[in-house]
Amino acid sequence: MRPWIMVFALWLPFAAMAGEAKPVAEDPVTEQRMIALSENLRCLVCQNESLAGSRAELAQDLRQEIREQMRAGKSDAQVIEYLTQRYGDFVLYKPPVKPLTWLLWFGPFVLLIGAAGSLYAYIKRRGNRLAEVSLSQEEKKRVEALLGNGHGEKRRPE
Amino acid sequence: MKRFLIPLGIFIVLVGFLAVGLKLDPREVPSPLIGKPAPDFKLALLSDPARQLSPADLRGKVWLFNVWASWCAACRQEHPLLLDLARQGGVPIYGMDYKDQPGDAQAVLDRYGNPYVETVVDLDGRAGINYGVYGVPETYLIDKNGIIRYKHIGPVTQEILDKKILPLVKELQQ
Repeated sequence: MRPWIMVFALWLPFAAMAGEAKPVAEDPVTEQRMIALSENLRCLVCQNESLAGSRAELAQDLRQEIREQMRAGKSDAQVIEYLTQRYGDFVLYKPPVKPLTWLLWFGPFVLLIGAAGSLYAYIKRRGNRLAEVSLSQEEKKRVEALLGNGHGEKRRPE
Repeated sequence: MKRFLIPLGIFIVLVGFLAVGLKLDPREVPSPLIGKPAPDFKLALLSDPARQLSPADLRGKVWLFNVWASWCAACRQEHPLLLDLARQGGVPIYGMDYKDQPGDAQAVLDRYGNPYVETVVDLDGRAGINYGVYGVPETYLIDKNGIIRYKHIGPVTQEILDKKILPLVKELQQ
């Protein structure tokens, strides 16, 4: 009798979980699609959260809306269009490439090329300047003296 | 001298960008709905659930559409301003009670006064989604042809009214 009760007690939490998880089980494919899509969308209430992760009420409503539209046969692109028509490109974590966002998309590369260019110019200029330096006889002697030819450091004769 | 001018210039430009950035409110998302027709709805009135109102009924009028709720504290902040505006009678204000219990909303209006010609009830927030509502209060200015001309997010202030909304109302009413 006792093992029976234990088995029953162990099974209980699973029974409770099954109850909670029902909406997912109803249509796991749509749920997967909805989550995949909404992970790339911004929750407008808590702007640093994705629509998939936010517990804000609006996010829940929008997730439900996405679910229903997907069930109605809308494609991902159509759902995204539905949302951007209402909330603008701001809901997209990955904004579309268009003239208004060119600076956003290509600005970093322009900066990188510009920085690489000026670095190249600087190194070249510096190289030219270094090459110009030549030593006089006396300086050469001093260099040798300083390097010491194995005798250690020597002071310049006064 | 020149050596210092370039970093100084860069520094000043950077400070300029940061100063502007500080003043921007990240909560104010530009609405893609401006210049577009006001999304349609057909919702029951708060005052009489048997009757319905749709934006099409308001064609030919310039009107303010204020989305509010009894649970929204910031709405209470703009409430006296809306009451003033309604008293002046320059522009009719229609309200939308967003995701709220109609009883609670009516209680707020009974207690603090009712600036709205009518209030429609958006129980499930569907109409709100169509208007791109993401935080109440939000206020839309809709012209005679049913086009959204202006949107304000957050409580309306006297400054916004005087500088933006009322001049635009005058212009649109001509």
